[in-house]
Amino acid sequence: MSVKVMIPTPLRPHAEGKAAAEFPAKTVSEALGQLTTEYGELKRHLFTEEWKLRSFVNVYLNGEDIRYLSQENTPTKDGDTINIIPSIAGGAPTPAVSVREKLSNEEILRYSRHLIMPEVGMEGQLKLKNAKVLLIGTGGLGAPLGLYLAAAGVGKLGLVDFDVVDFTNLQRQVTFGTSDVGKHKSEAARARLSNLNPDIEVTAFETKLTSENALELFRDFDIIVDGTDNFPTRYLVNDACVLLGKPNVYGSIFRFEGQATIFGMPDGPCYRCLYPEPPPPGLVPSCAEGGVLGVLPGIVGSIQAMETIKLILGSGRNLKGRLLVFDALEMSFREFKLRKNPRCAMCGEHPTIHKLIDYYEFCGIRGEEAPAPDLHVPEMTPRELKARLDRGDDLFILDVREPHEYQICNLRGHLIPLGDLPRRVHELDSSREIVAHCRSGKRSAEAIDFLRKAGFKKIHNLKGGILAWSDEVDSTVPKY
Amino acid sequence: MADTAKIWLDAECAGKIRAHGMQTYPHECCGALFGRDGSDGKPREIVEVFPLVNRRDDSPQNRFSVSTRDVMAAEREADAHGLSVVGWYHSHPDHPARPSEFDREHAWPWYSYIIVSVEKGVAREMRSWQLQEDRTRYEEGEIEEVKGREKVKE
Repeated sequence: MSVKVMIPTPLRPHAEGKAAAEFPAKTVSEALGQLTTEYGELKRHLFTEEWKLRSFVNVYLNGEDIRYLSQENTPTKDGDTINIIPSIAGGAPTPAVSVREKLSNEEILRYSRHLIMPEVGMEGQLKLKNAKVLLIGTGGLGAPLGLYLAAAGVGKLGLVDFDVVDFTNLQRQVTFGTSDVGKHKSEAARARLSNLNPDIEVTAFETKLTSENALELFRDFDIIVDGTDNFPTRYLVNDACVLLGKPNVYGSIFRFEGQATIFGMPDGPCYRCLYPEPPPPGLVPSCAEGGVLGVLPGIVGSIQAMETIKLILGSGRNLKGRLLVFDALEMSFREFKLRKNPRCAMCGEHPTIHKLIDYYEFCGIRGEEAPAPDLHVPEMTPRELKARLDRGDDLFILDVREPHEYQICNLRGHLIPLGDLPRRVHELDSSREIVAHCRSGKRSAEAIDFLRKAGFKKIHNLKGGILAWSDEVDSTVPKY
Repeated sequence: MADTAKIWLDAECAGKIRAHGMQTYPHECCGALFGRDGSDGKPREIVEVFPLVNRRDDSPQNRFSVSTRDVMAAEREADAHGLSVVGWYHSHPDHPARPSEFDREHAWPWYSYIIVSVEKGVAREMRSWQLQEDRTRYEEGEIEEVKGREKVKE
């Protein structure tokens, strides 16, 4: 009763270089058992700790796969040949299989307060470790998002931002410190998050999200979190998520009010179900124009972080199909049902959008960040104004900002907020030369346009507003 | 044992591996490496490649698998030329030429595993890896492309 076992080349170094060996055996299992007794080193390569044949080891008896016979118990007879054939497989890393299966002792200590909760536990913490989350924007919403997701141990974080940290960001974008001013946000945030948690991989994408790069950027991540502040990017993030079938954890803030939900979930609505069309440009002001209480993005971004973690863990009831609206002044949360729109151009029954489009054009914005239609009004530069004031010319300075802005700084002008101008226009003397200003020159251009239509002739807009005045004439005037 | 820190890869073979990776992009390609182990501490030589069909039709963009039949065919073919199957190659579309965890779980020791990274359809770096005997990790072997080496056994 002798059975011949053919040894594959990779294992021959462990069998004295032999290509075959013969053993008396009644079953395949017996033959392999004798082989590994004879050559102890082979055991590790052929069998698991539990003495099961490894998944990448194929065993053939007389040219037939033993899986289709009686597996290892397949009987053998004299003169049979057993072939051990390597199974050759592999592939590039993917979230599903390139799973990191263990936590180090340091990680166990770090995540101890997660691990002792049955709802997270080792299983949940490993899910977090294997999760890949892309944050669009590292500003107000991105700050708590990045900090909490990094601290929670989300294994791979991507940060997309093209902007540079400035002093006005520090009031709410708590990822950054004063020493970060002037640095690229994505890189400054990456450094901060890597310091917070060196066990995770943080990648900075110092780029503007565009229709050209969005799909490519999103592809490597499981969840996309929208922390942007403008409509073109929101539509872009939404559409790219729907096209790729990835959840979009959405948040937005304005002054004292915040919103959060999850778009792009299977059977759930998308951003276009809620807002098929963007608002007219300029109707909804950004944080830079409308202001925002610094804590607000902290709260809304934290809600987004919580929803992201719940999605990863697969626990609880998430915000799919629900718009959560937070009012900080009232300190109240309200909830609105969101339904999938069957006629949605993006995710409806007959979608009409199949690829990414030009979102600036879609939102009525021409060119980069040029929201206001250009008003051609007579202008005066800060230097001209200074020279003429120094000469003692009779100029009437009209400040069209809000009273609270006047308190920050002023050029001792006459204050009539833009919105009040039509009913207070009688306060102005059309025979005098008027120079109107605001913070940046935008609102005062509208004021000059209004005055021109009202018949005023000797009018000028202060070019660049108080910001330019501070830069060019008097640096003691603060910029805000 | 041969010196495994380095392998000699016939330049024509290297070209074939790159071309195969680009041809199957965005899917993974795979094939066998024929050659012989160097004696007296000389590097392992790869003198012929044997392209195979990736049998994974469920996720060929990030997985490859060679059927047992193909493994046996490769061994027969190598034998007919007086060579041995000394390893396998595959491509990583849009991923670096480093072995994945999946690669490690499915790898055999001794074999040279050559991975070619194909980025957006263009073959980039090519690296060779060998699983350590204790199965815990890969050791990289330096690929030296050589021209016009003899293809069959002396």
